[in-house]
Amino acid sequence: MPLSTIWVHAESVDGKPASISLELATQARELGATVEAVHAGGDAEALAQAIGPYGVTKLHTTGDTDGCLPGVVLAAALAGAIKGGAAPDLIMFGTTYDGRDTAARLSVRLDRPVLTNNVTVTADGDVVVSTPVFGGTTFVDTAFRCDPPHLALFRPKSFEPSESGGGPAEVVTLEVPDVGATRGAKIVERHVEERSGPKLDEAAVVVSGGRGLGEAGKYDMIEELAKLLKGAPGASRAIVDAGWVPYAYQVGQTGKVVKPTVYIAAGISGATQHMVGMKGSKNIIAINKDPEAPIFSIADLGVVGDVHKVVPKLIETLKARG
Amino acid sequence: MKVAVCVKQIPDPASPGELDPETKTLKREGKLVLDESDSYGVEMALQLVDAAGGGEVVLVSMAPNNETSGLRTALAMGAASAILVSDPALLGSDALGTAKVLAAAIKRAEPDLVMAATESTDGYTGTVPEQVAELMGLPSVTFAKHVEVAEGTLKVNRQTEAGFDEVECPLPAVVSVTAGVVEPRYPSFKGIMAAKSKPVEELTVSDLGLDAGEVGWAGARQEIVNIAPAEERKAGEIIEDEGEAHLKIVEFLEQLKVL
Repeated sequence: MPLSTIWVHAESVDGKPASISLELATQARELGATVEAVHAGGDAEALAQAIGPYGVTKLHTTGDTDGCLPGVVLAAALAGAIKGGAAPDLIMFGTTYDGRDTAARLSVRLDRPVLTNNVTVTADGDVVVSTPVFGGTTFVDTAFRCDPPHLALFRPKSFEPSESGGGPAEVVTLEVPDVGATRGAKIVERHVEERSGPKLDEAAVVVSGGRGLGEAGKYDMIEELAKLLKGAPGASRAIVDAGWVPYAYQVGQTGKVVKPTVYIAAGISGATQHMVGMKGSKNIIAINKDPEAPIFSIADLGVVGDVHKVVPKLIETLKARG
Repeated sequence: MKVAVCVKQIPDPASPGELDPETKTLKREGKLVLDESDSYGVEMALQLVDAAGGGEVVLVSMAPNNETSGLRTALAMGAASAILVSDPALLGSDALGTAKVLAAAIKRAEPDLVMAATESTDGYTGTVPEQVAELMGLPSVTFAKHVEVAEGTLKVNRQTEAGFDEVECPLPAVVSVTAGVVEPRYPSFKGIMAAKSKPVEELTVSDLGLDAGEVGWAGARQEIVNIAPAEERKAGEIIEDEGEAHLKIVEFLEQLKVL
């Protein structure tokens, strides 16, 4: 049975939709359903303009959340709408910070399972989602066995966003019930960490460093190489955990999923944790001194060698080319 | 201050995971270890209790068998006691079922603060802490990269796409911490010895007043319909660096039109 209505969680900054939200809207449209978006924030009008062309007909919004973290507010509003008779078949979220908060709270309010980290969805009869496990070596397909709406979270970059040519979405205001003590968490200040160059999950070239660098100071050469290639620097979980670079740099299961034209892994052995976040890259170059490192099993070009020798020479050569 | 820390005991991530073809769940026969992600929550909790000038850290965990080896690691770090919900009925529990069990167990400890990792290393759903918060009617701050408590208020730097948000929240509350929030201590020999005699309260699903139908496969209301290997990505050319490997990389980048 085809799905009649799908809600997608629309996330935005100042009215500009996040890529994941456009990816979800495109996929929902391809399932042949009426696509509506759900949203928390004060920028619904601008977002409705931007997301409409991706096939979203309505944008249900809580409006400004008055400094509250959005998940708790949106989940309560959606549960209220659903109990009041709105009945989407499926609600799609991104595996993002606020996507997870919202879906988790909503799953409790509706007493429904929420399936996470999916990369595909089909609706030929059952609604079935697929999740990579063990570093992306195995896919597990899971069917919902409960009444709709089904709740599913999708990893960024699972779908390619494309416009279908519609006009702006109609903005509809959601009623926000009193959520009592649960709305206690308030944002008192926002910090934007400026990073020069392209964003990690949008860059055509990503250069990541791992424990093989030996010490925090050596990460400088990863940043330098990334800059020379007009790419973004990334990191394995090991060096994020060690405090060498911020969490925002992390590529992997926990962290960002990247699919650049070229991914350069320097001093990264290739733990499953890391591979699931980068094995979708079009080309992979690995530099590691251990010839047995798992990263070589997926590298298009593998260099068995010392990153402290190979990377500086690479930087010098690129600089010499100008 | 009393902090409850959710911890998970998982198969050693160093050895490759395997799914049981019968139950379609992760095989957990071997020795289980403390999920490394949870060691950050345990450390953070110990430091907050120290900063508050007193209190204790209570571990809360669940497992289908009565495994405690991972809990002993966290007790050796300095946690005072543990609650382990152990019941064969828990096999196949999804995130919501897990959260129902943890929330019911945490309520018994009456903590001021509930701490968890953002996600486990094996299941990695990343929804359990927030589900626990909703079940307990508590506010929550997920993806914390810095945590402190001052005069009954939780102050957190929460990771965002763009950077981080400073978030404040009254206690009691739930907070999930990212790896790297603090440097976990290694258990001392004294700590390891002391952990052997620390109390671990073992409870069943019915002890918590939950129905067995709410947890495990029955409660999950989902079915694994297929397990398939991913298309393998083939290894390409592997070269040994003899001083010229960087030129090979440049050549490859040129071919790809990146240069």
